[in-house]
Amino acid sequence: MNLYPFMTEILQIMIVLGISPAFVGWVRMLKCWSQGRTSAGLFQPYRDIRKLFAKNVVLAENASWVFRFTPYLVFGTTVLAGGIIPMLSVDLPLSATADVIVLVALFAIARFFTALAGMDIGTAFGGMGSSREMTIASLAEPAMLMAIFTLSLACRSTSLSQIVTVIFSGQIQLRPYLAFAFLAFVLISLAETGRIPVDNPATHLELTMVHEAMILEYSGRHLALIEWAGMMKLMLFMALGAVLFFPWGIDVTATAAGAVRAFLFLLLKLGASGVVLVLIETGLAKMRLFRLTEFLGSAFLLATLGMLAYYILD
Amino acid sequence: MMDPLNLAGSAIFLLLGMAVLALLLGRRQRLLVVVSFAVSAVASLSATVAGVRVVGWSTTSQAIMSIGLPDLPFHLRLDPLAGFFITVVGILSFVVSIYSIGYVREISKQRPISRLVIFYALFLAGMFMVIIADDALFFLISWELMAAASYFLVLFEDERVENRRAAFLYMVVAHVGALAILLSFGVMSGLATGFEGFHGYTFDAMRQAEFPAVWATAAFLLAFFGFAAKAGVIPLHIWLPEAHPVAPSNISALMSGVMLKTAIYGIVRVTFDLIGVFPWWWGSIVLVFGLISAVMGVLYALMQHDLKRLLAYHSVENIGIILIGIGLSMIFRSFDFPLLSSLALIAGLYHTLNHAIFKGLLFMGAGAVLHASHERNMEEMGGLIHLMPWTAALFLVGSVSIAGLPPFNGFVSEWLTFQAFLLSPSLPSPLMKLLIPLGAALLALTAALAAACFVKAFGVTFLGHWRGHHQPHVQEVDWFMRSGMIIAALLCLALGVLPTVVIDWMDTVPEQLVGSRIGTTAGAFGWMWLTPVAPERASYSGPLVFLVTLSVIVIAYLLLHVRSGSITRVPLWDCGFEKVTPRMQYTATAFAMPIRRIFGFFFHIREQVKMNPQAPHRTVPGRMQYTLRIRDRFWGWLYRPLVDASFWLSRRVGRLQQGRIQAYLIYSFVTIIVLLLFLR
Repeated sequence: MNLYPFMTEILQIMIVLGISPAFVGWVRMLKCWSQGRTSAGLFQPYRDIRKLFAKNVVLAENASWVFRFTPYLVFGTTVLAGGIIPMLSVDLPLSATADVIVLVALFAIARFFTALAGMDIGTAFGGMGSSREMTIASLAEPAMLMAIFTLSLACRSTSLSQIVTVIFSGQIQLRPYLAFAFLAFVLISLAETGRIPVDNPATHLELTMVHEAMILEYSGRHLALIEWAGMMKLMLFMALGAVLFFPWGIDVTATAAGAVRAFLFLLLKLGASGVVLVLIETGLAKMRLFRLTEFLGSAFLLATLGMLAYYILD
Repeated sequence: MMDPLNLAGSAIFLLLGMAVLALLLGRRQRLLVVVSFAVSAVASLSATVAGVRVVGWSTTSQAIMSIGLPDLPFHLRLDPLAGFFITVVGILSFVVSIYSIGYVREISKQRPISRLVIFYALFLAGMFMVIIADDALFFLISWELMAAASYFLVLFEDERVENRRAAFLYMVVAHVGALAILLSFGVMSGLATGFEGFHGYTFDAMRQAEFPAVWATAAFLLAFFGFAAKAGVIPLHIWLPEAHPVAPSNISALMSGVMLKTAIYGIVRVTFDLIGVFPWWWGSIVLVFGLISAVMGVLYALMQHDLKRLLAYHSVENIGIILIGIGLSMIFRSFDFPLLSSLALIAGLYHTLNHAIFKGLLFMGAGAVLHASHERNMEEMGGLIHLMPWTAALFLVGSVSIAGLPPFNGFVSEWLTFQAFLLSPSLPSPLMKLLIPLGAALLALTAALAAACFVKAFGVTFLGHWRGHHQPHVQEVDWFMRSGMIIAALLCLALGVLPTVVIDWMDTVPEQLVGSRIGTTAGAFGWMWLTPVAPERASYSGPLVFLVTLSVIVIAYLLLHVRSGSITRVPLWDCGFEKVTPRMQYTATAFAMPIRRIFGFFFHIREQVKMNPQAPHRTVPGRMQYTLRIRDRFWGWLYRPLVDASFWLSRRVGRLQQGRIQAYLIYSFVTIIVLLLFLR
């Protein structure tokens, strides 16, 4: 039995767990620089997580088991998602357990339980966050699937490894539908990971909170797990966009040198996507909730155009 | 071992016998409950065994029973398709029968339940008979038995006006549908043997006949209309959200879970088996109605705050998803892609099985809540997870399943449907290549909205605090009800984690109907990997997704619980203001408000805010009143004109009734003259 894919798999999960806080730190650092503030450094998220893990949990009196179970579930599904996306190598054992539809569904189940946890305590904030999150998700999810389906139609597969292999091998040159799908994917990534203009991860203002409102009651290790999962999710979406649309440098040779090279390429791509993310976030203002329909609607339209372009032009 | 058909037949006789026995046991109500539902459970289980064996071994057994009209014997047949549906009906009936022991025992404390027991047995028998019927006559008799029994079950609590109204509406729609089915069979049997012979009424004769295209289309459209009325396909769904909520909850579980499936069975039987050859646009009709039902069903469900009504609208949605699979299968088949057709058919049928189980589970859970809290309005509920931990956890399993989230069963069938959608580019027609993937987007929208809806349903009902003014004394339900729900929940998990085993088993159904199976590719990597078509095309491993997530959760939990006792319970943080009251929580209406605003054009919404001008003092605002009415647009578009027209017509015809004997004598006289003139 060839152990190499399993080693890559474990390595990749370690990388996702390990560098996602640094990625968030990188984004925050860039944001501070672009806004003329002093940043707390690349490693502040690690310190935050460590601090939260050390703290005691303060739980509201009527919190049920759903509230306590949710952080673990969110963490678990996000780690599994981190094992599915082929970031280092296309030959990952976990990649075959789940295709891109399962990947979307894994994020959906994490969201489902986070929204339930938001309603568990019985505050107005929690319900508000849950309601908004589920509304946004119900508009974003079809657009996300449409964008990815364009790719899977072109590559004749919904398996992420297969899509990456096909695009990497150059069977698909630069095509208009790729551009449409990529644009749609960027818009949806902003919505799914709760960034400006859809949601502001730094706010605690009741009028604008979405994700923060749901997890307002969390503390201690529960909050640490949710925060960490959130960081991984942001990194995973950036990495997903990077491997699907720009799969350069990914390891198809199954050698140690290939894996190292893939890792360096991944760092480069993540760094660049962080720059793009910060440019978008500083350039735009947070949207009103009901303007999001237009935002996500245009994402859906772009994805649909991509699909039409695939049929008309190919 | 008994022949499967005999086994299923004896299950039916057992149920019919039970109905008679219930008449005799009318005075011993408590005994009656235990005996009758235990017998129903045994009968359902034996029918399930028969169904599982027929599908697994791909056998077909037939029988002729010479009862009924002279020279028109009843034909019975149990083939893999019938076996599959027998299994679906049998499993859920088994679970619901166990649940009913506890549930009906509680009802029997308040009112006599003989009627419920008798019609329950007849209802189950009717559903089994519909599925094993092999001629139009027996099919329609069973169909009517099923409809009539369920009518009386809907009418069980007949002292309430809304129940009588719902039952009447149900009866009307059921009969309009049955009429269309009768006509469809009439067309087919007439063409099968000509109008001289009378033996065209058997399904065998219809199978062998070749229909001219026009008449085949007429038969299909009539049958689709009739079965769609039973299945609650939009716009014929109008009775469903009225009738399902008012029936006792065990009946709602059966009606939503399996009675609607007999209509799906009818559609599959008539198109794939009896007519056999059809053009692609029949499939598109089924697909389009499926998509409309799915999206509209879930949107209407989101607007409900009556728990059982919400679930009823979700049945509309799920019937839509099933029809999407079946419609795609028909399209693939008409373009002669047997493998793709069997994949889409498996997707539809798998969802049929899944929906039966999770919807049964959810209705049983709703029944438990209703029974414990005597409240149907979600706006009053909340915090039940602390009082009913079992029901809450089991309802959560149902919610996750219906929302289509892994590793539970709803996800598997939706995943298969997505795969079927993504294979549509192999179709030759460019228009269909273009349009069908858009259907995938609608399915994605449906799944996402269903998740939102069940966050609302579970969150508002079970989480937070009780919202009503005074909280009733709520207790967890008894072990019969619990065990019924536990079995259903375990089945949800098993069907989600082990899809390959199930698909290998049910692969004989597409083999019978479209002549191809997907098993060889679906299970090529062993029982863990579900790989329809080809492993590099798509793969899903339920067991691994379940196990990996579970192990990460367990590892994280254990690592974090090395230190113990670090949880402090404190009162809710109220931002330094006065005490937070339960009335400040988000309600079901508030939760759905953004979605109501975005998709508002689908509904007929009347929103009013009234300010009471008589304020106690000018610094204190007066009472505000907010009313919101959301109505189904179809009622105004389609049904109101129909109702008005029929009233108008009956008023016109009513003028004939003068009430004077002279007038009536003249009518008779004129009739005789006319008859003499024309029929000399």
